Amino acid sequence: MSIRNRLSGNEAVAWAMRQINPDVFAAFPITPSTEIPQYLAQFAADGPGDPEFVTVESEHSAMSTCLGAQAAGARAVTATSSAGLAYMYEMLYVTASARQPVTLAVVNRALTGPININNDHSDSMGARDAGWIQVYAENNQEAYDNFLQAMRIGEKARLPIMTCQDGFITSHAVENILLEEDEAVKAFVGEYEPENYLLKKENPLAVGPYDTCPFYMEHKVQQAHAMLAARDIILEVAADFEKTFGRKYGMLEEYRMEDAEAALVLIGSTAGTAKACVDRLRQRGRKVGLVKVRVFRPFPARELAQALGHCGAVAVLDKSEGFSGCGGPLFAETRSACYDLPQRPRLINVVYGLGGRDCAVEDIETVYNRLQRILETGQTGELYTHMGQREATDDGV
Amino acid sequence: MKEMTEIRWHGRGGQGAKTACLLLADAAFASGLYVQGFPEYGPERMGAPITAYNRISKTPCTIHSNIYTPDYVVVVDESLLHTVDVTAGLNEQGGIIINSHKAPQQLRPLLRGYRGPVYTVDARRISEECLGKYFPNTPMLAAVVQVSRVVDPAEFVVNMEGSYRHKFAHKPQVIQGNMQALTTAMEEVSRA
Repeated sequence: MSIRNRLSGNEAVAWAMRQINPDVFAAFPITPSTEIPQYLAQFAADGPGDPEFVTVESEHSAMSTCLGAQAAGARAVTATSSAGLAYMYEMLYVTASARQPVTLAVVNRALTGPININNDHSDSMGARDAGWIQVYAENNQEAYDNFLQAMRIGEKARLPIMTCQDGFITSHAVENILLEEDEAVKAFVGEYEPENYLLKKENPLAVGPYDTCPFYMEHKVQQAHAMLAARDIILEVAADFEKTFGRKYGMLEEYRMEDAEAALVLIGSTAGTAKACVDRLRQRGRKVGLVKVRVFRPFPARELAQALGHCGAVAVLDKSEGFSGCGGPLFAETRSACYDLPQRPRLINVVYGLGGRDCAVEDIETVYNRLQRILETGQTGELYTHMGQREATDDGV
Repeated sequence: MKEMTEIRWHGRGGQGAKTACLLLADAAFASGLYVQGFPEYGPERMGAPITAYNRISKTPCTIHSNIYTPDYVVVVDESLLHTVDVTAGLNEQGGIIINSHKAPQQLRPLLRGYRGPVYTVDARRISEECLGKYFPNTPMLAAVVQVSRVVDPAEFVVNMEGSYRHKFAHKPQVIQGNMQALTTAMEEVSRA
């Protein structure tokens, strides 16, 4: 039986960690993820869970701790944001290439320069090529549910996995949530039984040694194949999650897409705001919908192409800049996914929400209105734009 | 109650506006409603203006943006009326509730033309009398419930007593003072 409660996104993730009771938690605080180790410390102190709560001096060490623990056959988790994730970058790659399924709770926050504590996706988008599975949440419920699914995915794929949610917007917002019983969660997540680990006496192994030229390429190809195989594992775990707890997940979520002529593609909490906009426009007879990308790594190219194939105009909303000069990362990959469609929709990119810049229903409506004009005129217009920033004025602001 | 009620809180860092916002979410949750309670973080420091928001609804709400057209505004610190446009977007069928010992009509000139109901409650006096200290958030929380009826006021009092008994299990002496502050504010909040 699900338990009706109200929690913030950070509390929800900490609650999932308490229920799973991992062997090791490496803790280093950074806003807005700090509450996660804070709650975990309380849970570890109060019992009955008994994770080894390791306080480290940096995020680089937090990830190193997780890697070491995981290589020894333990389940290791940590949480971070922004510059903390950036400080882990070296170890993110090492963990992925060592094929250690560490679970990382990312609470998305803008990367520094200028310093800012609020939400965007520049931190985890910067880590998108590190070889980690990435799953994004729209709200506290999805943050909880994604974390419950994460370990089974990572352990079967033999890849590390980060579950991401929007800093402050969901991490610090108290909302209704359905929690599951401790025993049901334990049964769903199961025990971790790695095939091999450092000190297994039948087959002791070294983790992370130097890879010479004759081997490095083979290892990278294996990693790439593992990421390809992760797709089916994610769907398999989601199917079992739905059977067990009744909530449905996939690589992406289609919202009112059946007959949609204009659609958005986006990630995270803004998808909820955009759903309210879709409902409003549908009431006025507009054929609009949206696709929320839940899993960004592996990228759901096939599913996206299928979802967008019948649309005339699509706007991809990126919550990170990327500075490619031709659009954000979600745009680049969505556009590529649509390339082989027999009839491609016209695609535009809108970069929004940087450093916590708010995005309201009315902002989303302006994007749907742009798509409407594209449908009417057949002209794509500007391909790559920004939304929500103030315009430059004579006094320089 | 209409389908969804939106409330915006204006306070200063350290006064408990965010806590009051989360307590309101708790109270509405206890009454079986769908809730959102969230702060907007600027440069966090004691005394700086802060904003917090509630959405309270009979059905789930998926919107995750700030609130620009609130039904009610709560001003926890009267001095903000001079520096913050607290009535921006405020529904004239709703109202604004200000922590002040003044009568509502005395404050109306500071409200930049807002024509809806104005309420005041002397949260400082109530808090100092009932709790011996200045914690304005408890009386302001009670006042917004009394005015907005977003939760049934009688049910709210019962639920809050339960949550204070839980929260202050180790400090039972403060429960009575908090309950006194709540009920006094509900009786005293006045309108113009």
